[in-house]
Amino acid sequence: MQKSWWKILSFVLLVYTFTAGFLLDVPHLFILNETIRNLYFHVAMWFGMMIVFIISFVYSIKYLRHTKYKHDLFATAFASTGMVLGILGYSTGILWASYTWVTDQSQSLSSILKEPKLIGAAIALLIYGAYFVLRGSFTDMDKRARVSAVYNIFAFAMLFPSIWIIPRLVGSLHPGAPGSTTGNPALNFNDIDSRLRMVFYPAVIGWTLLAVWITTLKIRIRLITDKSLLNE
Amino acid sequence: MNNFLTRTMLVLLCCLSGMMVFAQNKPAMADIMRSNGKIYVVVGCCLIILTGLFLYVWRVERKIKNIEKGNV
Repeated sequence: MQKSWWKILSFVLLVYTFTAGFLLDVPHLFILNETIRNLYFHVAMWFGMMIVFIISFVYSIKYLRHTKYKHDLFATAFASTGMVLGILGYSTGILWASYTWVTDQSQSLSSILKEPKLIGAAIALLIYGAYFVLRGSFTDMDKRARVSAVYNIFAFAMLFPSIWIIPRLVGSLHPGAPGSTTGNPALNFNDIDSRLRMVFYPAVIGWTLLAVWITTLKIRIRLITDKSLLNE
Repeated sequence: MNNFLTRTMLVLLCCLSGMMVFAQNKPAMADIMRSNGKIYVVVGCCLIILTGLFLYVWRVERKIKNIEKGNV
């Protein structure tokens, strides 16, 4: 019970997210209207994904330093949970964008398909997808672990440029980009106000803890099935 | 019966105040929906799903714990 306090914390934070996130007052903005509440769900998915990918990256480095099979297992499990969060973030983004971007002044579907943020996020997810393809293509266990650890570091190095830096350089409809003030009320950290922060940060922590919990379950299953490999 | 009447009046009043919000050219938020109290239904549904999800994960963990102890 002492070890599971963070699981309870995750539950409590998510209950808070769902109640306060729906009921508390939010800034009244044009175009966005009530969809600003998606901040607690859509954005929290991406934040959770980034944190989980950071953990995976750390374990990949650990594997290369100590060549322990366990670390490779940890890195894979965290990367796959990160993929799930990323896909959820992308799908929620599709829904959100189709109601706030397409209806906007001059935006059409074709202009949205050129969105650097969407392309960047897709690239980042595909790079991580290739990580699993790469893993699957090896039959030799040590080689698989080593090559995929190196690839994971590369994938992580590509993650932040493709989802944060490039969309900000070229301008995008997505909040936070330099061009966004023309089309959409920006949701950069200058105008995300304290009412949103009060729910947003607990939401990020809650979702991340849930992701970590699910990852630990995956890891424990692998530890049982790969017992013979771990006793080397 | 009286209770029902007051409730109806309240809902009507809230609808009217909602219209006033429109008239003031402010973005339309869920004032009407919230005053109706129906947003709580959505919150309830989400909380049920969340609880179910957590119960499921918890059960999976218990099963894994069982296997770890050796009784497959």
